[in-house]
Amino acid sequence: MKTVAKTGNEAMAFAMKQINPDVVAAYPITPATEVVQIFSQYVADGEVDTEFVAVESEHSALSACVGASIAGGRVMTSTSSQGLALMHEILYIAAGNRLPIVIALVNRSLSAPINIHCDHSDTMGSREAGWMQLYCANSQEAYDSLIIALKVAEQTAVPAIVSTDAFIISHAMERLEVLEDSDVQNFIGEYEPRFSALDLENPKTYGPLDLQDYFFEHKRAQIDDFSKVLETYEKVAKEYAELSGRYYPALEEYKTEDADVAIFTAGSTADTAKEVVDELREQGRKVGLVRMRMWRPLPVEQIKKALTKFKAVAVMDRSDTMADFGGPVFLETRGMLYDSEEKPLITDYVYGLGGRNIKLTDIARVYDDIEQVTKAGKIEKLITYLGVRGEE
Amino acid sequence: MATLKELSKRKEGLVGGHRACAGCAASATIRQVLLAAGDKPTVAGIATGCMEVVTTIFPYTAWNVNLVHNAFENSAATVSGIEAAYKVLKRKGKIKDDIQFIAFGGDGGTYDIGLQALSGAIERRHKMLYVCYDNEAYMNTGYQRSSATPYCAHTTTSPAGTKIPGKAQWRKDLTEIVIAHDPAYAAQATPGYYMDLIRKVEKALTADGPSFINVLSPCVPGWGYPSDQTVNISKLAVETLFWPLYEWQDGSYKINMKPREPKPLVDFLKLQARFRHLFKSGNEHLVEEFQAEVNRRWEALLRKEQATSA
Repeated sequence: MKTVAKTGNEAMAFAMKQINPDVVAAYPITPATEVVQIFSQYVADGEVDTEFVAVESEHSALSACVGASIAGGRVMTSTSSQGLALMHEILYIAAGNRLPIVIALVNRSLSAPINIHCDHSDTMGSREAGWMQLYCANSQEAYDSLIIALKVAEQTAVPAIVSTDAFIISHAMERLEVLEDSDVQNFIGEYEPRFSALDLENPKTYGPLDLQDYFFEHKRAQIDDFSKVLETYEKVAKEYAELSGRYYPALEEYKTEDADVAIFTAGSTADTAKEVVDELREQGRKVGLVRMRMWRPLPVEQIKKALTKFKAVAVMDRSDTMADFGGPVFLETRGMLYDSEEKPLITDYVYGLGGRNIKLTDIARVYDDIEQVTKAGKIEKLITYLGVRGEE
Repeated sequence: MATLKELSKRKEGLVGGHRACAGCAASATIRQVLLAAGDKPTVAGIATGCMEVVTTIFPYTAWNVNLVHNAFENSAATVSGIEAAYKVLKRKGKIKDDIQFIAFGGDGGTYDIGLQALSGAIERRHKMLYVCYDNEAYMNTGYQRSSATPYCAHTTTSPAGTKIPGKAQWRKDLTEIVIAHDPAYAAQATPGYYMDLIRKVEKALTADGPSFINVLSPCVPGWGYPSDQTVNISKLAVETLFWPLYEWQDGSYKINMKPREPKPLVDFLKLQARFRHLFKSGNEHLVEEFQAEVNRRWEALLRKEQATSA
């Protein structure tokens, strides 16, 4: 273990180098992620055994990854925003074919208007594709999560997206601890694919036409396997904690034991909110934070257990559903808590779209609001677009 | 080159029992390509389209080789990935055999939506043969026009109407587009001239780099002709100069079939329902224009052959 200074992009590229995948196929759509540039240098310097395929689009990037994965390779790629949108069709195909591909992703808003800064609309727009999703709060976590996600993906045959917040994490230099190459290799182990299109002894047809008489059973089986990801994740995350000393639960709670109210959010904002919690705690206010790290599959029971102990919860969503009902985390959280006997009042704050900065004072104001909701015993305003000019 | 007798003894890569229409040239094309490839291990990819749909309906498959289907527009990108994995797994000693890779796509998946992926795969020099089975429209989805659809052809999205006589544009010259990428080998073929196709596949698979064969594959329901006429129409396409058989390698063109007396284009057109409206009175000029353009393209090809011959 050694301590290094790396940006989020460098941290993810470094994890990829230590994983040393067989194939990486990638394309620099605007907005591009730097992860691939850094990784290609490792390829150029012979520090990895990877076959790097510099394809002509993100659509072909994931298509080539699908081919390489069906051929029995350990496969990774990296993308962002429009790139993930262009991969959208193939996301489903990768998942449906049970290919454990891992994407190192930087969360950026989707056009239009075009904007290269952080929000979660890209990955939130892909949540039904059948990929595990992990949202990271800092570079250390991004590094660790890629290694964990690869192992979970390969054990479950479910592909994974590990994401960081654009610029806030991707470009910010942080101190982090990295493992030795050999430790990473021992942790992930030799890849043993479940099948390979290069297996000449057992020729198969991969990706066949599957009509009304079988499709539904195959989909149901995929959904069923997807539901087992959380259990595998918990096991692998614990193994990783033993190796690294860093444990990442699917859902993180911060100062929630005696809290009356909590913010429920993801990514770098959760780390920022911890500062606010500490400050407010010093004032004697009973506030806490719940951070969603895994948003596919949903750790439903954990979320219910965590959130039902509060009187009020403010969800902070970094994307919107265009449902006229707030963001995806809010919508799904309300759904999960519907059957709970004791449930908090839940409001939504859609914030930070297109990289709009979220300040400590913004977060403090959200805590003020939910304490007010608790006092009043009812919600005055269900959905707030935080910090939008002309709105408040 | 494998003889017909040798070919007849090889294990079929694509077997019968699939659900292609009677008289389908595309399935004959794939069968012949795999026969020609047959003496070396082969892994294939295929774009969504007629051939994928009729040969892979779960739980059945007509393929005796490993086949990967991904989506419509990415046969070339998918096989790029397979070939990349093969290279690294071979370096690592996990794969021992020499394997050759063939990507298949129809004209929709190649001329249109898959053109970018094809261009990228050739530029990156993946060692694969890309075979376009060109039936000149989107036959799988209901006979819609593609950029491979010839002038004046009736399709469901370029219907022959009272004002517009079928497709208004000429076919895109995909083979030339591929040649502009400087591949290791490129050719045009059609299964009516099956030994020509076999020879080209052998040549393409031994070329050192990406190769491409554009195979005109007549379509019984899409073109509108009796199912016993496929071979005849395939041959007529060549004999009327509609579909010249030629190949390109190292900068040189070679025309493989030069009819001494080219047949008039109408011989090819009149057998097909998609051109029926051209024979209504008042449309004679369309046939003339069509013939003139076929002649112009043939002359241009002759000049290219002459200019590049040693």
